[in-house]
Amino acid sequence: MDIAKELLAGSRLALARAITAVENEYDNAVAIMQELYPHTGRAHVIGITGPPGAGKSTLTDKLAKEYRRQGKTVGIIAVDPTSPFSGGAILGDRIRMNDLTLDEGVFIRSMGTRGSLGGLSRKTAETVKIMDASGKDVIFIETVGVGQSEVDIVKAADTTIVVLVPGLGDDIQAIKAGILEIGDVFAINKADREGADKLNTEIAMMLDLNPIKVDWRPPIKRTVASQSEGISELMQTIEEHIAFLEQSGELTNRRTKRTRNELIAMVDEQIGRYIMQKITVTGEFDRMVESVHNRDKDPYSVVNSILSTVLR
Amino acid sequence: MEKRIRILVAKPGLDGHDRGAKVVARALRDAGFEVIYTGLRQTPEQIIEASLSEDVNVVALSLLSGAHNTLFPKIVAMLKEKGMNDVLVIGGGVIPDADIPFLKESGVSEVFTPGTPTASIIEFIKANVK
Repeated sequence: MDIAKELLAGSRLALARAITAVENEYDNAVAIMQELYPHTGRAHVIGITGPPGAGKSTLTDKLAKEYRRQGKTVGIIAVDPTSPFSGGAILGDRIRMNDLTLDEGVFIRSMGTRGSLGGLSRKTAETVKIMDASGKDVIFIETVGVGQSEVDIVKAADTTIVVLVPGLGDDIQAIKAGILEIGDVFAINKADREGADKLNTEIAMMLDLNPIKVDWRPPIKRTVASQSEGISELMQTIEEHIAFLEQSGELTNRRTKRTRNELIAMVDEQIGRYIMQKITVTGEFDRMVESVHNRDKDPYSVVNSILSTVLR
Repeated sequence: MEKRIRILVAKPGLDGHDRGAKVVARALRDAGFEVIYTGLRQTPEQIIEASLSEDVNVVALSLLSGAHNTLFPKIVAMLKEKGMNDVLVIGGGVIPDADIPFLKESGVSEVFTPGTPTASIIEFIKANVK
């Protein structure tokens, strides 16, 4: 199968295979990405992040349906954690999106974090490009956001929605997490629960305390995703954000910055691999590890000697 | 090694609970597989579509309500129709031993009935996945 060609012709199987090639780093992955790349840059990418149990998958399902009603096609990347011990994962976000499974205009792919933070960000970004090339108008990246890795993942998004729920007991804790600084929109889900007003106030206060003047003050919306309440209002807000990004030139800024960071990451990774491959194949690296461990050499000198040898 | 084996644990038909499927799903995760679980009351069409978009290596069908002779072969046939010829299909649940030869003829590679150690399922998958 000529995966890129078939994908561009509309094959869902090719789309699935392209994502697998990239995830598993098959030999044909780069060629596929090169062929697809000219067809990317159109889709609006929406990141959905927040603590576990906040209702992200349900919210994604409802938003996707709303976009479908508007005639847009949707891609969804649902990221779930991989066990650091077994290397396995239960990818269960799709369970909230059963209605969407048979919609030809929707493509859902579940991904495990697979333990490599940088690797996942790159693979998610590549999967976004693959879905973009296949013609999807809107692409959701849905991931648990409690730490740095998830922050990196949603950097692939144009609009990031942080989903919070009232009454977790740790409202202040949620506000301390890094994810709040990347929110373009806040969604208080399960807003029918006690504590919704309090959470709203806390988020608003945090936004007010930001000393940096911003042109877009992240709106705080309320939803009860399971009841489909507040969904069209939330979508409206997302559309307002994309309009703001386009009008202010921010969209171009963000995407250029993202391209720059992606290129740097790719160069880093390739060079790292090239060098490591050269020195591990001879067993030289093991000897270096020994000598640094024994304090015969310091790591800085060792790295310098690696570079001068390999890059001779 | 970046490649992971991806397994769809699927509940076709109208079963009332998924306790067994969840036990198997956890065991598979602990064995290092990526398990996609889509919940109860899946139609064959939904199972095929999930298998396709998730590009799974294995489809593990769980059924307790007696419809296995109809649904399992149907799902195998639909997978082939979609060009997913390398997918390993296995089954489990409340399945009489007498029905197993028919299921195997229909393309289910193995059937794991109640009481089977989860380790057997894991070994089988590792040995037979393409």
